[in-house]
Amino acid sequence: MARQAPQPALAVAAGSAPEEPPRAAAAGRGLTLALAVLRAGPVAILGLLVLLLGLVSDVFWSLENIGNVLNQSAVICVLALGQLLVVVTRGIDLSVGSNLSLSAVVGALVWQHQSSTVLAVAAALATGTAVGLVNGLLFVKGRLPHPFIPTLAMLTAASGLALYLSHSETIQGAPPLVDEVGAGRIAAVPGGGDIGWFPTATFVVVAVAALLVLATRGLVWGRWVYAVGGNPEAAVRNGIPVPSVLVSVYAVCGLLAGVAALLTMGRADAGSPTAGALAELDAIAAVIIGGASFLGGRGTVLNALTGAFVIAVMRNGLNLLGIDPNWQYMATGVVIVVAVELDVVRGHLESRFRSLQAVSAP
Amino acid sequence: MTATSSTSPTSPTPVLQVRDAAKRFGAVRALDGVSFDVGRGEVVALLGDNGAGKSTLIKAISGVHRLDAGSVVLDGVDITAAGAMAVRAHGVETVYQDLALFDNLDPAANFFAGRELAGPSRLPRALRLMRHRQMTDRTRELLDRLQVSLPDLDAPVALMSGGQRQAVAVARAVAFSSKLVILDEPTAALGLRESARVLDLVRRLKDDGVAVILISHSMDQVMAVADRAIVLRRGRSVGETAPTADNHERLVAWIVGAAGHQTI
Ligand SMILES: Nc1ncnc2c1ncn2[C@@H]1O[C@H](COP(=O)(O)OP(=O)(O)OP(=O)(O)O)[C@@H](O)[C@H]1O
Ligand SMILES: [Mg+2]
Repeated sequence: MARQAPQPALAVAAGSAPEEPPRAAAAGRGLTLALAVLRAGPVAILGLLVLLLGLVSDVFWSLENIGNVLNQSAVICVLALGQLLVVVTRGIDLSVGSNLSLSAVVGALVWQHQSSTVLAVAAALATGTAVGLVNGLLFVKGRLPHPFIPTLAMLTAASGLALYLSHSETIQGAPPLVDEVGAGRIAAVPGGGDIGWFPTATFVVVAVAALLVLATRGLVWGRWVYAVGGNPEAAVRNGIPVPSVLVSVYAVCGLLAGVAALLTMGRADAGSPTAGALAELDAIAAVIIGGASFLGGRGTVLNALTGAFVIAVMRNGLNLLGIDPNWQYMATGVVIVVAVELDVVRGHLESRFRSLQAVSAP
Repeated sequence: MTATSSTSPTSPTPVLQVRDAAKRFGAVRALDGVSFDVGRGEVVALLGDNGAGKSTLIKAISGVHRLDAGSVVLDGVDITAAGAMAVRAHGVETVYQDLALFDNLDPAANFFAGRELAGPSRLPRALRLMRHRQMTDRTRELLDRLQVSLPDLDAPVALMSGGQRQAVAVARAVAFSSKLVILDEPTAALGLRESARVLDLVRRLKDDGVAVILISHSMDQVMAVADRAIVLRRGRSVGETAPTADNHERLVAWIVGAAGHQTI
């Protein structure tokens, strides 16, 4: 009875000397801080990159260049957002690039034959969604061991179909509205005539992102997506319709590949059967740089966008500095490793934090 | 010698009746004709060595496994063939050995996983808007009532200690159960202090008239909270008694198989 055991909680009174277990409390604060910094990892990487490029390049901060970065990042952003949902459920969609190509070809062909904006847009979106749906159904109903397999198969199949339908040639022309959105610029540069700098495609990115924020944070569906990723077995036990959730996630990812196809069509005023080649790699890289985990359940819309911007800014910066384009790929590789390494460190700190909780809990 | 009656002394009609439960996995007879009752507000401990069939038995009750033979009756309703969701709808909640929490979600999201409060009800469930505030408030209320204190209700449970996580899992079971809570080794990963908190929760459930089936390898804990202990060995029930200090050796003998079947 002589000594008081550490009493309920770290009753850390405002001000005054450190309370009961001072070491634990201090370590706890340190860890909390470190974790906060690490969670801001993707934003920090982007901030650092922007700062650096601003220092070494005069034109980086010009409105024209900002407009270019935004424009170039639009497709990566939209694809990354779809990929994010898939990765949150512990999956991967390797087919988004081919899906983009196929959707663009179909959209352009429909425009060529029907001259209907509505039909062309609907065809591109429907193609994207259908491809995603097939991915999801193959994975879930076909009981394939990992989404890697159906989406890898789809990568080649959709690409082949795009080449077949287009006779391996770019289908020229796209609806004016699509061109307007995909390639348009508003907000004139001061003293630069009436050519705008701000790409209209960015509005599409903002709209898609806003819808996804709403869907992931507001809708029951979004909660289920994260629950399925966090613990699929528990999700089943809790009555969450896991197969439908998975299929829906791949369908939405496909739909967004269709949206990206429209942006690509607009920029080129054409539908090319190779428009999306390798785009899946950018999308996956963006999601990883954005801190999503392949272990599932982790990753946010804003961080995925940040990851997409890291890639776009890096590419832009290396271009501005006149560096060999091949370095871009290597640089992307380095950033991926750095981002994942930060994630690993975060994991370690979190488990330290956990054991600290056990020690200092009331 | 205590009473031989297999029903609980606290209530005339048991809340749960398991009869001749049998389940095999290939050549393994995980359950080989187990029968027992649980009374209202009674805490029954299931004891037994590793692989004795304890988890299989509770999974058969909770609807995760379907029995090959035998029956499970809850409050007069036959739930032998009911699936996991149907059993839960009948007021039985289970905290599985492997915890089944969503590490990436916060306590409120864990509480309401699969039964999120959301509206409007004319929309399909997936497309309803969640009522975050309501879910957090209800979670806080319940944790307060159970005197569980968590450092941060907005943090994912991954950041919590084993005891805090277990408290969330148990509290979730408590929140939605009206008749029976099943706990499979709820203190296995916990230190002394955190184990004590979980046992407190068990006592509070009992006070609320909710029956508890508790699987534990710790005889001390069983003696501390259980009214009755049932020992399984190789899928059979080999003995049943009140877990008192006097019966301690007998229970251990049953568990390791040093004595034949008896009910004391
Ligand atoms: N899904 C399954 N498939 C095949 N065999 C299983 C399965 N589940 C359990 N078993 C087997 O059934 C027997 C009983 O297992 P059970 O998990 O019920 O034991 P337990 O008493 O819970 O043991 P522990 O104390 O280790 O948790 C064991 O031999 C186990 O290997
Ligand atoms: Mg077990």
